[in-house]
Amino acid sequence: MSKIIPIGPYHPLQEEPELFKLYCDGEIVKDIKWETGYNHRGIERLSESKTFDQAFFLVERICGICSTSHPFAFANCMDEIAGVEIPDRAKYIRSIIGELERIHSHLLWVGLAGHFLGYNTVFMWAWKYREPILDLFEIITGNRNSYAMFKIGGVRRDIEEHKIPGIQKVLDSFKKKNDLLTGAVMDDPVIHARTKGVGILTKEDIINYAAVGPTARASDVAIDVRKDDPYAAYPLVNWKVITAKGCDVFAKAEVRLLEMYESISIIEQCLDGLKKTKEGDIEVEVREVPAGYGTGHAEAPRGEVFHFVVTNGSNYPVRHKVRAPSYVNIATFKKSCVGQTITDATISLAAVDPCYCCTERMAYAYDYNTRDKILNGEDILKLSHKKTEEIRKKL
Amino acid sequence: MDEPAGYYCYCFDIFWILKFEKLGFKEFCFKKSLFLFHFGGASCNNCDIEILDCLTPRYDVERFGMQLVGSIRHADVLLVNGSINKKDKPRLLEIYRQAPKPIIVIAIGACGCTGGIFAEGNTFAGPVDKIIPVDAYIPGCPPKPEAILAGIVKLLNK
Amino acid sequence: MVSIKDIDNIKNYLKGDIIETEIKSATRATVTIKKDALIRAADYLFNKLKLRFIIASALDSKKGFEIYYHFSNDFSGLVANLHVILPKEKPEVESLTGLFEAANWIEREMHEILGINFLGHPNLEKLISEGNWAKGVYPYRN
Repeated sequence: MSKIIPIGPYHPLQEEPELFKLYCDGEIVKDIKWETGYNHRGIERLSESKTFDQAFFLVERICGICSTSHPFAFANCMDEIAGVEIPDRAKYIRSIIGELERIHSHLLWVGLAGHFLGYNTVFMWAWKYREPILDLFEIITGNRNSYAMFKIGGVRRDIEEHKIPGIQKVLDSFKKKNDLLTGAVMDDPVIHARTKGVGILTKEDIINYAAVGPTARASDVAIDVRKDDPYAAYPLVNWKVITAKGCDVFAKAEVRLLEMYESISIIEQCLDGLKKTKEGDIEVEVREVPAGYGTGHAEAPRGEVFHFVVTNGSNYPVRHKVRAPSYVNIATFKKSCVGQTITDATISLAAVDPCYCCTERMAYAYDYNTRDKILNGEDILKLSHKKTEEIRKKL
Repeated sequence: MDEPAGYYCYCFDIFWILKFEKLGFKEFCFKKSLFLFHFGGASCNNCDIEILDCLTPRYDVERFGMQLVGSIRHADVLLVNGSINKKDKPRLLEIYRQAPKPIIVIAIGACGCTGGIFAEGNTFAGPVDKIIPVDAYIPGCPPKPEAILAGIVKLLNK
Repeated sequence: MVSIKDIDNIKNYLKGDIIETEIKSATRATVTIKKDALIRAADYLFNKLKLRFIIASALDSKKGFEIYYHFSNDFSGLVANLHVILPKEKPEVESLTGLFEAANWIEREMHEILGINFLGHPNLEKLISEGNWAKGVYPYRN
């Protein structure tokens, strides 16, 4: 008997309507359909009524988790249209904020994936280790989540000399905690059993769907905007792109966990670079923005964020197009979820790390023939926990 | 949603509001630990992760006995955040109707209180208090977890 | 330089179908082509030059409906834009979903916000706006 199971959250908290409808035959998923519109806020149209300075505040609030990546790409785009080269200190500060955000976003993902698999302790620990990083943000920028650090031609606030030792101390203690977390996740046999071989996306699929970010890097496609089209301080420091060959959910987790180490190394090098530049030299004055168009991209924790702006010489954009990485990554669900069981399909959805604001979630299960609700979100979560328990008993 | 049951719930709501409020029923219901239910409208999810942060070991809302539940039928407090979309509006009304009364509704974040930066958008369907009655507002973009907890406690002590 | 070589290759391949080329820097270039040559050009960029499709942006301006298709060369950092201008009375163009699956959703979105018709698209139904605005209303038109 075929069923439709609309699927969504990896925690029972989000109450937003249908994201996915999984058409199931017994336990196996046969097809998947995406229905959305619940999070559409008309941002691209709103942006036409804001000046370029005000647009940064709007762009930050497209997504709360990748709250730096959108202003980063927008700033790259506007710097290109205005034709300015920002000072070195501003480059270092931009990269520091970008990398700190990558760490906090990957920790968030690790926590949620752990919660979905039934490891609530991993959820609590990962989010506990996030707190010092959010404190760092508060010390540097004044807010835990929306930082308002970017402007055309530089950054708004400086990182003063006396804050740097504090930042270094937090990073050192975080390295040890990250070792603990990485070991707990990567060496656990139950996690291996649940995530290896699940949600496979081959290299051809990645190229066909134009997927980006850790989703692509876990299938051995080494694309990373920071290396391919360098911006800010990334060409000035030494780091490498992490890839994995597994193509499955485990590979995606591996890529994200190892990327956090690279981020720590980049931040430390940028802090050293800050010491070499003059304090206070953080912006270049931009008097007016010429007519034309520009493209800017940045590497968010989830992939490549792309902004395209058309200007006409006035203070307002004519057209502002935003493309978040989840837009292309979610389309790959058609390939990675079909043929799996229901519980495996949900963990493969979670592995792509869809950004909440670009996606919506709810979970109900409908019977295909009669359209009656049979399972809801909590039940699907419990199914997943039950499967983990069974595997644990077997091992 | 079958109509007759919904109709009876509605009648019961009116009856409850008129009769039981005076007897101190509400204070009795909210004396002990509260269950929270979260509804996210079209939001940027900053407030959502701050609400989730309340569960985590640093702010640990479970030591007060409060926990987040997956179904509105078990909830005492409805947390709403996000600027509400035209598509979310019927859902929010349905959730409010299904919620067992008495229920406290709290609008969280600048978007929940007034619509925030998205109020001029073309799909905006009114801030939360135009759709359902709200008992408390917690402004901020996003409000810190301490602010959310302080807001809930302040409302309870009233 | 590698990225300029890509643009030269495109120019040689498309020859008469190019209306204008604009090279802004070593890593940013736009080629404006006639709309009938779109499938040939996109096929060349995706299959021969192995560029990655980023996204497509559509806008409504005085010249008509303009669509920019953005492609990226991940080895050299080039962002190459294919620019197509459609007349206002009849905005339609061929769909690229036959070439790569990544064009599927963005064409649906461009259809619902601006009313551009994509010929040959498998299911041109609404993506993000179901229930948010009425049929026949295209909110991003000026």
